[in-house]
Amino acid sequence: MNANALIQTGLYLVALLGLSVPLGWYMARVFAGNPPGLARILMPLERLLYRLFGVRPETDMTWKTYAVAMLVFNGLGALAVYAIQRLQGNLPLNPQAFPGVSPDSSFNTAASFATNTNWQGYGGETTMSYFSQTIALSVQNFVSAATGMACLLPLIRGFTRKTSEQIGNFWSDLTRSTLYVLLPLSFVLAVALVSQGVVQNFTPYRTVPLMETARYEMPKTGDDGKTVVDEQGNPKMEKAEAKEVALPMGPAASQIAIKQLGTNGGGFFNVNSAHPFENPTPLTNFLEMLAILLISAALCHTFGIMVGDRRQGWAILAVMTLVFAGFLFLCCAAEQSGNPRLSEAGADLAARDPYAPERISERWGTRQNGEIRPNAQSGGNMEGKETRFGIVDSALWATATTCASNGSVNAMHDSFTPLGGLVPMLTMQLGEVIFGGVGCGLYGMLIFVISTVFIAGLMVGRTPEYLGKKIEAYEMKMAALVILTPCVLTLACTALALTAGAGPSSMLNPGAHGFSEVLYAYSSMSNNNGSAFAGFNANVPFHNTLGGFAMLISRFWLAVPVLAIAGALARKKSVPPGAGTLPTHTPLFVALLTAKVLVVGALTFIPALALGPIVEHLQMIR
Amino acid sequence: MFREALAQFLPSLRALIVLTVLTGVLYPMAVTGVAQVLFPWQANGSLLMDGEKPVGSEWIGQPFKDPRYFWGRPSATGPFEYNAGASAGSNLGPTHPGFLKTVADRVQALHAADPERAGPVPVDLVTASGSGLDPHINPAAAEFQVHRVAQARGMDEDALRALVASCTEGRQFGCLGEARVHVLKLNLALDARKPGAR
Repeated sequence: MNANALIQTGLYLVALLGLSVPLGWYMARVFAGNPPGLARILMPLERLLYRLFGVRPETDMTWKTYAVAMLVFNGLGALAVYAIQRLQGNLPLNPQAFPGVSPDSSFNTAASFATNTNWQGYGGETTMSYFSQTIALSVQNFVSAATGMACLLPLIRGFTRKTSEQIGNFWSDLTRSTLYVLLPLSFVLAVALVSQGVVQNFTPYRTVPLMETARYEMPKTGDDGKTVVDEQGNPKMEKAEAKEVALPMGPAASQIAIKQLGTNGGGFFNVNSAHPFENPTPLTNFLEMLAILLISAALCHTFGIMVGDRRQGWAILAVMTLVFAGFLFLCCAAEQSGNPRLSEAGADLAARDPYAPERISERWGTRQNGEIRPNAQSGGNMEGKETRFGIVDSALWATATTCASNGSVNAMHDSFTPLGGLVPMLTMQLGEVIFGGVGCGLYGMLIFVISTVFIAGLMVGRTPEYLGKKIEAYEMKMAALVILTPCVLTLACTALALTAGAGPSSMLNPGAHGFSEVLYAYSSMSNNNGSAFAGFNANVPFHNTLGGFAMLISRFWLAVPVLAIAGALARKKSVPPGAGTLPTHTPLFVALLTAKVLVVGALTFIPALALGPIVEHLQMIR
Repeated sequence: MFREALAQFLPSLRALIVLTVLTGVLYPMAVTGVAQVLFPWQANGSLLMDGEKPVGSEWIGQPFKDPRYFWGRPSATGPFEYNAGASAGSNLGPTHPGFLKTVADRVQALHAADPERAGPVPVDLVTASGSGLDPHINPAAAEFQVHRVAQARGMDEDALRALVASCTEGRQFGCLGEARVHVLKLNLALDARKPGAR
């Protein structure tokens, strides 16, 4: 880690942890139905929304009713996304005249966006009309994120309520998350992004001339529209040239803001936030990275406030930050040291800072000047990375986007060094609980807390309790389901894809890296992340279908058991802490919880990782 | 359970429609409205203009092969490099044999274009960017090409370096991202300096 890496990552962590405190407080007020200050002007709109939905927000639901409402609402959402994609060709706001999307790809995308995964088998600027992007995809970005928060709140209430059958009202939790949290934050972020150069319009693609005509070869097409092939079956090539190029347009900023804040991650363009129109400057990059983890970090404080002990929130946030910082260091170091094979080929991988050390005091506020050292470069493994971000911002983004279940990328993970690529893979495989998705990250982590408390209870031979609630057999069974489901899904789907033959044919890279592509794809879908080793051709019926089911299972087979735990906890009496109660805000507990998360992930996945990135690393360094 | 689902069906449908209007119609329209009023140039693609005529975008790189121009990063877009209509990275892994050969070929091509410029090639110039549209190169990658461009244009190297410096940006606010040289602006400035050049 050089000085630049320390400054940029330090700045990021300070901004993240600093902003999480006020936002956490704000959300606690909102979810209590008592929004502070300016946000009160939204209260009439909130009441209007309930009237339009035809619901009574003050009626509390049992956990079963709550779960049913959540499932029906999300099911309808998925159906709508599917239908809009299939009918896209006949719908408005389609200036590029894109046809309807294939059934398997539509199913996969519908499952993907309804589950907050945002795995994308398609390329945005060549597939989706503005109608599909805004009406189908953007809407799911909001409501799937709000659903995540809405499934967290009952679990928190489970700890605070005593001998109660009810755990809250789904419609009110959903509406408050959307109206007071996601919409205002997205609006502010979207406008900030546009000010830096992210596009936001509804015009057709703009054509601009190329300074130098691009000459290239492409397969010749016959009169029948098919590629002409020679005797060997290779396509015949013909010369072509391009004097101008189409610049993609569209309402990108509004969608990017929510895809970052809602830990969705689905890009407007094919290369996601590596695209200069999606992420033009280091400042947009910083803001977009901040947005990835902001709400998930803040929810820790919301949790602490709601259970009446802020230290509980801090303890969980400490675990998340520790694990995050460790993985960040590993990823940054691996990417900065780069690929020794490129050195051998004659490339210069050394990092050289643009500012001379003696001028470091003058660097703050320098925007454009002649003091940049002419030999400056970020060096390292730059394949698949953008110059303006360099190594540090790319590694920071990769770690953040996979710790959260975001899945947006600003560099191509497929081209990372083996160990640099191991980090995003493993952070997903930990179950997306290090910050994790909005709402679902924290409920996943609370499940790990419950099982940690349980193990600690076994060690001293007492009935375990957390926040005054006894943890018993039912809760532990559900917790085991929540922790093990994504693990089993990941490994089973990877094995199935590899043995069914559809895996190898979709690989871009040979050998161990090809295995990593399959493992990464199913780690991503089975943990609702959505990022990819994008060389893997996932847009085929086999992967679209298998992955679609993996995403649905890992979202809803986790959310429903969590709601069941919430219901079971709310029903219990509260027991006052005794001499034998394990305090859950101490450094000892932070260490226990960290170990628990890492050990489960490591025991499950190191054998698989050994076949992919670890073998490849050994091959790379020889 | 079935009766519960039925009871939740109508509110779900109504909520989905209302939230679609709110987040899928009103929200993007509000952002577009504010963006078009406050930042019309940025919101419409940050086009660089030569009088009335657009000559490119601030953020989208262009392909250059002529030795008289500075070259940008290799690009993995198809069917030609820097095709802004289809952004793409190469997605080639670090041990892919084809990738290693491509990099070796790029190193050789750069040395062949300027045999007097020895030494290792800055990594930016031989690796494809993530988007395939990267408008920038590192200062080291520009410096590597100064000798070639100066020779091809019969220009003084130091004058050329001054021009490169004028198209160089430091880290944003001195600490974010990386220092970078804008290739398209630099080449536009080169042509503006020498009227009659291609």
